[in-house]
Amino acid sequence: MTRLHWSPGPAAAPAPPVGKAAGSAANGLNGRIPEGPIADKWSNHKFDVKLVNPANKRKFRIVVVGSGLAGASAAATLGELGYAVTMITFHDSPRRAHSIAAQGGINAAKNYRNDGDSVHRLFYDTIKGGDYRAREANVYRLAELSVNIIDQCVAQGVPFAREYGGLLDNRSFGGAQVSRTFYARGQTGQQLLLGAYQALARQVHLGNVELHERTEMLDLVIKDGRAVGVVTRNLVSGAVRSFSGHAVVLATGGYSNVFFLSTNAMASNVTAIWRAHKRGAYMANPCFTQIHPTCIPASDDFQSKLTLMSESLRNDGRIWVPKEFGDERPPNQIPEEERDYYLERRYPAFGNLVPRDVASRAAKHEVDAGRGVGPQKNGVYLDLSTAIARVGRDVIDERYDNLMQMYERITGEDPYVAPMRIYPAVHYTMGGLWVDYNLMSNVPGLYVLGEANFSDHGANRLGASALMQGLADGYFILPNTIGDGLAPLLGEDPVPTDDPAFAEVESAVSDQVKQMLSVKGTRSVDWFHRELGKIMWDDCGMARSAESLEKAIAEIPELRSEFWRNVRVLGENESFNQSLEKAGRVADFLEFGELLCRDALHREESCGGHFRVEHQTEDGEALRHDDEFSYVAAWEHTGDHAQPALHKEALEFEYAHPSQRSYK
Amino acid sequence: MKVTLNVWRQRSPNDGGSFQIYEVDEVSPDMSFLELFDVLNEQLIEKGEEPVAFDHDCREGICGSCSMMINGRAHGPESGTATCQLHMRKFEDGATITVEPWRANAFPIIKDLVVDRSAFDRIVEAGGYITAPTGTASEANLILVPKEVSDAAMDAAACIGCGACVAACPNGAAQLFTAAKIQHLNLLPQGQPERWSRVIDMVDTMEEFFGSCTNHRECEAVCPKEISIDFIALMNRDYIRAQFKQRRLTGQKS
Amino acid sequence: MTKVAGDLTDAPASTRRRPAPFVVTFYRSAIAKKWLMAISGIILLGYVLAHLVGNLKVFLGKDDINHYAEWLRELGEPALPHEVLLWGMRIVLLGAFVIHIVAAYQLTMMNRRARPQAYRSPRDYVAADFASRTMRWTGVIVLLFVIFHLLDLTFGTVNPGYESGNVYRNMIASFERVPVAIAYIVANLALGIHIFHGAWSMFQSLGLNNPRYNAWRRYFAMGFAGAITTGNVAIPLIITTGIYP
Repeated sequence: MTRLHWSPGPAAAPAPPVGKAAGSAANGLNGRIPEGPIADKWSNHKFDVKLVNPANKRKFRIVVVGSGLAGASAAATLGELGYAVTMITFHDSPRRAHSIAAQGGINAAKNYRNDGDSVHRLFYDTIKGGDYRAREANVYRLAELSVNIIDQCVAQGVPFAREYGGLLDNRSFGGAQVSRTFYARGQTGQQLLLGAYQALARQVHLGNVELHERTEMLDLVIKDGRAVGVVTRNLVSGAVRSFSGHAVVLATGGYSNVFFLSTNAMASNVTAIWRAHKRGAYMANPCFTQIHPTCIPASDDFQSKLTLMSESLRNDGRIWVPKEFGDERPPNQIPEEERDYYLERRYPAFGNLVPRDVASRAAKHEVDAGRGVGPQKNGVYLDLSTAIARVGRDVIDERYDNLMQMYERITGEDPYVAPMRIYPAVHYTMGGLWVDYNLMSNVPGLYVLGEANFSDHGANRLGASALMQGLADGYFILPNTIGDGLAPLLGEDPVPTDDPAFAEVESAVSDQVKQMLSVKGTRSVDWFHRELGKIMWDDCGMARSAESLEKAIAEIPELRSEFWRNVRVLGENESFNQSLEKAGRVADFLEFGELLCRDALHREESCGGHFRVEHQTEDGEALRHDDEFSYVAAWEHTGDHAQPALHKEALEFEYAHPSQRSYK
Repeated sequence: MKVTLNVWRQRSPNDGGSFQIYEVDEVSPDMSFLELFDVLNEQLIEKGEEPVAFDHDCREGICGSCSMMINGRAHGPESGTATCQLHMRKFEDGATITVEPWRANAFPIIKDLVVDRSAFDRIVEAGGYITAPTGTASEANLILVPKEVSDAAMDAAACIGCGACVAACPNGAAQLFTAAKIQHLNLLPQGQPERWSRVIDMVDTMEEFFGSCTNHRECEAVCPKEISIDFIALMNRDYIRAQFKQRRLTGQKS
Repeated sequence: MTKVAGDLTDAPASTRRRPAPFVVTFYRSAIAKKWLMAISGIILLGYVLAHLVGNLKVFLGKDDINHYAEWLRELGEPALPHEVLLWGMRIVLLGAFVIHIVAAYQLTMMNRRARPQAYRSPRDYVAADFASRTMRWTGVIVLLFVIFHLLDLTFGTVNPGYESGNVYRNMIASFERVPVAIAYIVANLALGIHIFHGAWSMFQSLGLNNPRYNAWRRYFAMGFAGAITTGNVAIPLIITTGIYP
């Protein structure tokens, strides 16, 4: 393979050497997992970590970037504990972070339905669903905390769905065989985020949290191997400003938008974690991306993003395509015997509730085979008519009303008349910055929460587990572990923002902004994003091969160098300039996309959301190679023109023994 | 389809602005209104003109970022819909569409169609929360909430904070937003301990920024989440009751 | 400390004031002003209804209406001296009127401040109707009319044939002037429109909202406005056109 050049972008300030990688074990990274039986690890750990005396907490300043579930809950809780918190968000209000768009629900091992659920079962399901690529101890802790999250959210006034007796309602979700999902209509993410945002608002009011809206983090500052602050750009005035603290917390979400078309919000991006990566933080498992099976298919080339329909629809919907190739009849005129309910046929035990990756690939299989439906032949039917006949339209209305309205609004078709059309879309990214059990990256003082870290979902995330992880990280884990890193710093002031370490990064940030404005090329930022998305989706999407990945790895650097030669960013830095904002984000995607493909290329197996066509069973199912790849791949940035270096964290399974998934 | 856009352009908060006319050809009826602006902006960039700034993010009607006054109506002609979920099939071929930013004293224009809605955050900060520090919560099912109450609270909590209520109100009042925020919490058992102080603090803060309600009902009509003005009546009642409560002796009891 | 909104732009900053006596803080609030407008509105509605019922006696003849007028002055006797209860009612009424107008003025000013820059393109209202959007104009018309009405039929200043105590004759004398009759009719149509919105709106301002009777709030307002307007317009119309007597 030819050696490919890394970013020809503006020369960033050289990344200072990072402190010794977190307790580097002989053969790679050490996740610093506590000793003891798995059920006791978290409580043992809470006892073992160093504490900060309540009176001393206010002497520590923590910079939290991102105001979604993880960031808002962390900032609020840290504020409640008495820390001085700086909250940075590029939104106009913390409440707009993309967690708000999560529809389906949040899992918790409450076992309110008495259907055999337990912390251990949620732990096991999560590990298994993640195809044995997550850290056992983290996942167990997540399952354990799931119970506290529900308690916390109810106390905050999150209006979860209730039974007539006033108790909390649950449903089964996304392939789970127990009903453990709590929900608030189809707006669970919104309600949970509002809960966290309200707690945050209280801390802002009390003066414990200093809020900076429309402020985008553009780089991380490291001094003597520690993360000491961030450099931001005020999106309204263009002013570059540094914020310093004893610790930096990144809760900046996932990178699905590297695919251009995804269900993520338009502004979701990789910049914060990518810049941290370039400053020394390891990027773990970037190739683990999740494709969501139930999105509304793209209607035309102008489509700017895809809209997700909650997976809960699969509880009542039956998925089918016409048996006949190129069947042009409207769905209602296709008789029952000429329909292929392919999921029920291929997976009799799980049927329409097979995990997301399985359902997605099956849909791709049908569409690629030419049995796709809709004007663009790019979808499959999701049919609720059987459920409507069984439980009545009222019940279906009650369950999915907002989804039905949303579908009708977007497609102009009434889902009660014709079945909905769905197709998979990129939705969530399991990969992210590498963190240890304390959620600290390999850079001391840099913590990473929520979707931005790689931690708990392995190669594939269960439905209704993203909200759970974001809140577990923010409400319960970080506030208990951050003291361990802070306690030794007692008595030290934060590095002043006029320190040369800050000045250097500030000028690098300003230089990049100036460079983007000075290219004055002919192509818009969106054009580059769209092109990158095409490469990523075609060559590194639902099915990946060595050939396609090598092609992508060759094409991305070309696109990247064209970006720096030919991008057109109009306007100036000193005012609100959305093209400029976006240009910076796309520039980072253009670098990050390559790393994603490299990770996908190196992982010579199929697991969860990562499907390599060379590695499949005879039935076309994902084939893992546990002997070779049972590790976390953490990549180290070694310079703009060098190949990233791979560090491995071995995964050991003591409690959930790897087995090949089977949903037949 | 083909449309003519009459768009408000304003360089910065203190500049005067004006309408500019743009023609957009090749509009697909399946396009969303924001995708129309994407296409317009691509056109402008090609011509070397600065693209139109507009707030948008999730594009699925839940983040509340998008905010356009379309042909004199907040979020455009379709009811119960945010701008991002308005599709071009709702317009005639050849239509002229006028687009303005939200206008209110508390929503200063940042640029073009983008306004600063941070006054909403100030209202929430004044009391739009239940004091429940992390870790203090009891077992969730110990608090029984009748389904009707929980549903009504959810109806209020569905507010996406887009500001259409303020934009549409002839008085520039934020009553619907504030009422939704207050009643979401005031209806729930968990919200009772701070019920009266919450309504006073939030309403007082609201009135520092916004106009007053004269019951036009325009807010309800344009609300993308179709939040009912019933919540405004409940807020009014709670506010007056809170004013007359002897809270030192009766606490927050209703 | 509340964060000031002026961080990004010139969004107005918090102007929270110091604690003041209850009445003052209460009145400062727009919701309380609206509450007071609803309460004073109810008093005024009651007056408008009673006034109409009394005046319709003009159709029963001279003696009936003049007798009614005399009865009003004697109300409360012998417990109270002559005209004392009437003056009491007038004071309450005047108080309600003043509160209604002052609060409306202050709220209007507040609302103007809330949107100093109007929309530059025409609005397309969905729910706000003619009545709700013209409250301040119908209100001003009613105010001017009330002043004229008092000068005309209470003080007689602008009534050529004014005779104290002879209500019947004063009314005929006033309505024989066609422009005056037209002014009365226009003003009463304005009053009707004002009531159409106000008699519904007051329920919201008072927080009286219940799905069981919400629809009736609108019916009440329509019925009340309709009845008052019909009655009030009928008097000048019938007298001027000479249908009666």
